Amino acid sequence: MPTGRALALAAVLIGAGALPMLLGDYRTFQLTLALVYAIAILGLNILTGYNGQVSLGHGAFYALGAYTAAIMITQGGVAYYWTLPVAGAVGFGAGFLFGFPALRLQGLYLALATFALAVATPQILKSSHLAAWTGGVQGIVILKPDPPAGLPLSADQWLYYVTLAVLAVLLIGAWNLLRGRSGRALEAIRDNPIAAAAMGIDLALYKTLTFGISAAYTSIAGALGAIVIQFVAPDSFTVFLSITLLVGLVVGGLASIPGAIFGGLFVELVPNLAEQISKAAPWAIYGAFLIAFMYVMPYGVWGLMRSLFQRLRRKSPATSRLRQVPAPAKNGRSKPWEPSDH
Amino acid sequence: MGAVRSLMAAWVFIGGLALLGGAASGAQYGPGVTDTLIKIGNTNPYSGPASAYGAIGRAIAAYFAKVNDEGGINGRKIDFISLDDGYSPPRTVEQIRKLVEQDQVLLIFQSLGTPTNTAVHQYLNAKEVPQLFVATGASKWGQPKKFPWTMGWQPNYQSEAKIYARYILKNKPDGKIGILYQNDDYGKDYLQGFKAGLGDQAAKMIVAEQSYEVTDPTIDSQIISLKNSGADVFFDITTPKFAAQAIRKAADIGWKPLHFLNNVSNSVGSVLTPAGLDKSKGLITSLYEKDPTDPQWQDSPEYLAWINWMDKYNPDADKTDQFNVYAYNAAMTLVQVLKQCGDDLTRANVMHEAANLKDFELPMLLPGVVINTSPSDFYPIESMQLAKFDGEKWVLFGDVIDASKAK
Amino acid sequence: MDLFLQQFLSGVAIGGVYALVALAVVMIYQASDHFNFAQGEMAMFSTYVAWWLIAAGWPYWAAFFATLAISFVGGVALERIVIRPVEQAPVLNQVVVFIGLLVIFNALAGWLFDYTIKPFPSPFPEQPLFGNRYIGSHELGVIALTLVLLVLVFAFLRLTPTGLAMRAAAENPTSARLVGIRVGWMLALGWGLAAAIGAVAGMMIAPIVFLEPNMMIGTLLYGFAGALLGGLDSPAGAVLGGILVGIAENLLGTYVVGPELKLTLALVLIVLVLLLRPNGLFGRRIVRHV
Repeated sequence: MPTGRALALAAVLIGAGALPMLLGDYRTFQLTLALVYAIAILGLNILTGYNGQVSLGHGAFYALGAYTAAIMITQGGVAYYWTLPVAGAVGFGAGFLFGFPALRLQGLYLALATFALAVATPQILKSSHLAAWTGGVQGIVILKPDPPAGLPLSADQWLYYVTLAVLAVLLIGAWNLLRGRSGRALEAIRDNPIAAAAMGIDLALYKTLTFGISAAYTSIAGALGAIVIQFVAPDSFTVFLSITLLVGLVVGGLASIPGAIFGGLFVELVPNLAEQISKAAPWAIYGAFLIAFMYVMPYGVWGLMRSLFQRLRRKSPATSRLRQVPAPAKNGRSKPWEPSDH
Repeated sequence: MGAVRSLMAAWVFIGGLALLGGAASGAQYGPGVTDTLIKIGNTNPYSGPASAYGAIGRAIAAYFAKVNDEGGINGRKIDFISLDDGYSPPRTVEQIRKLVEQDQVLLIFQSLGTPTNTAVHQYLNAKEVPQLFVATGASKWGQPKKFPWTMGWQPNYQSEAKIYARYILKNKPDGKIGILYQNDDYGKDYLQGFKAGLGDQAAKMIVAEQSYEVTDPTIDSQIISLKNSGADVFFDITTPKFAAQAIRKAADIGWKPLHFLNNVSNSVGSVLTPAGLDKSKGLITSLYEKDPTDPQWQDSPEYLAWINWMDKYNPDADKTDQFNVYAYNAAMTLVQVLKQCGDDLTRANVMHEAANLKDFELPMLLPGVVINTSPSDFYPIESMQLAKFDGEKWVLFGDVIDASKAK
Repeated sequence: MDLFLQQFLSGVAIGGVYALVALAVVMIYQASDHFNFAQGEMAMFSTYVAWWLIAAGWPYWAAFFATLAISFVGGVALERIVIRPVEQAPVLNQVVVFIGLLVIFNALAGWLFDYTIKPFPSPFPEQPLFGNRYIGSHELGVIALTLVLLVLVFAFLRLTPTGLAMRAAAENPTSARLVGIRVGWMLALGWGLAAAIGAVAGMMIAPIVFLEPNMMIGTLLYGFAGALLGGLDSPAGAVLGGILVGIAENLLGTYVVGPELKLTLALVLIVLVLLLRPNGLFGRRIVRHV
């Protein structure tokens, strides 16, 4: 990795690490939630951004992870950190299974099938058949984990660092996955599935695996979210959650890993901002924000930042001589794409 | 070092003076309180599926505006900070934490919803912030030993359901009961109370149970099934929109059971009128407040005071909506508690005075319904009276039933 | 048997409303190749406009047609002003704009008209036809209206040159432009028509479920499901799909799972149908050539 980029990354990490010390517990809590959403959006991005399978139902996987964690902690007495890998495994399994029927559905039909999943989720969670585990309509209350003894951190700060660490690990994992052959295969499937199949890529395998991995990421996010909020209930996982994740995905930047972080920050902080602007109709302001973002940043926040970087780099004569060939963006696209019917 | 030490000594001295001064004047302040201001926090669903209840938050703000115009409470004005949680528990957690940690409110008042309040139940008790007069009738809010900082306000759902059960056992012991309930905490709480009230007769008498989701467009199918089950008694646990649908559909398909309507949805203006007043004849409910459309109250000074308040401070709201009476009553209760606190406005004293309401009457509560709390009784209102709808208004009958006595 | 008939017809009745929503959804899809998530909220908002006109004293049918006209113009304007800047953008960007519109319309309706339920009049008589106890006159009227609209939409799309131009513009904008079709305005026209159909849906459903800002949210999903089931290419399929969804939901809830899981089961069924026929019951198979 070039030095400039390494330095920038280090700066971001240090900044992120310092934030809880500078901000109070409440803001730290908000940022932790933003990071949780970032993980969920990263998962969605792998599926929708990189692989072109539009999912409007990732809230269901989030709920799955959340309830897994809640049940393990309250009924199984398991420590909270063990719930994360289990939630990931459960999410992977569910996503992988869902990936099979998803193979038959294309574009809009897949989007709507996943939308149906999102809508059905609260009802499934409330069902009396599962109520013995899920707590039914009452939900499950989780006690906040304490920081390990000896560390001078508040519970909120500790959770923030845990989430940050998980996010970093998952980010690196995604980056690794997507920059290699697998990543190129995924993008090939998105852009031209027939050509990809002709090249020998096993469409079924890749698509279902991607669904699984994507769901695993979002389930881990759900587990973390449950631990941070300390409560799970069917009303927490309505279809609006799935829509929020999609919004975060697009606003942050499709097919971009850093975009997930911006997406998470947007969905967590902008509703509060909208409420401060207008008490009477805050969601109208939020909707206006959404539309404005789409006008101004069609490639999301990360798309905008990337084009700014490129413009800066072009201005510097030294680099412009070296970089004659426009480098294809590593983690993004250089031209617009459509999750076309494939 | 000498300078620093003398500086520190000076601060200790000043600090001590301040403490003494404070103690001498008797004024003790918790967070969010000054000589002129009391900050009160609240969450309400101003958006989302439960947004109809947002009218309550708006009415409370309107009442506090009136109190402020009249000089406030013991000279302190109320800063009522009400945030939208969209009836989504994670959002409630966020907003409540903001109110407590950022806005530093003295107490949380009348937050609405059962899952939403459940989400912050432990947090508020751990942080020792009063979760006062929550806007839900779930029975779990009156546990002073386990949750000393949480208190309900309205008669709880289970008690109300038991009142209906007892009436049925007495007046229609051979009845066949069909139940329609909303598939959530509220619906299930009523259901549980109702079955407990029927005791060992429950299994025999209940012939059909149908549920619905808040996202369902209609409940016509459920009503048809209920009629078909042969039920001649109908316990209707629905929120306003679905209650109106249920009343209308039952009438349309010619089903005329003994129809019990839960208290949440008995507003003449917002439920019975859209459903059809003639179709609502014979409905039975239980009341603890005065219905603003009831002619028998409309000449009374209490009603006129309410109408004046509505006209001046809450003009855009619906004068036939029961929520506006509910909010008026609840807000008055808090004002009384704060008055009783005097200048000792710590959180602990707020809870102490909240648990110290004796036979407290409110102008818009039914005659005979009073508020009573004690350190072991965290259910402020426990009395209700049955009423039957005569096509125009709810007609009270029977005595005021104190649910706490008729356990 | 009586119960079955009652539930069946009740399902047909509500299915008529789903069919109307499905028709509006298919209309937009035919015109623009996209799903408009804001369809339901636009329909709800149109219904509030009608309610406001009626409350101001207008007779029902005057308010009805005025609302249709206003919705049409509104839909066209919305497309030209709000959607146009993202017409060329990736699909998901447009979806986010639709979501933005959804949220804005919902919030505006709540702010302007508040959240208490309002009764909305029905143009059809109160008494059930022939005094039957199974299906009300309003519900029968809804189905009749849906069929009339279906015929009109079908005739428009298949038999008029404008309809042909609209379909061409949606299917292949580049070629359409080469032939001289004003693609942008075809899109706007599609939106206007869909908004008008949505307004009809709203005005037909409000008497059944009562008018309030969240009125369409439950219905929209079933409308989508109906459109999917029937196939997004086929208006007739959408209508049939909507009615089937209504019937399936009712019968499943009564006989199979009970209301607690009927939504889930209905959705599972739809997904299963899609697996067997990925383009819906009546959709055309799209064969992609390399």
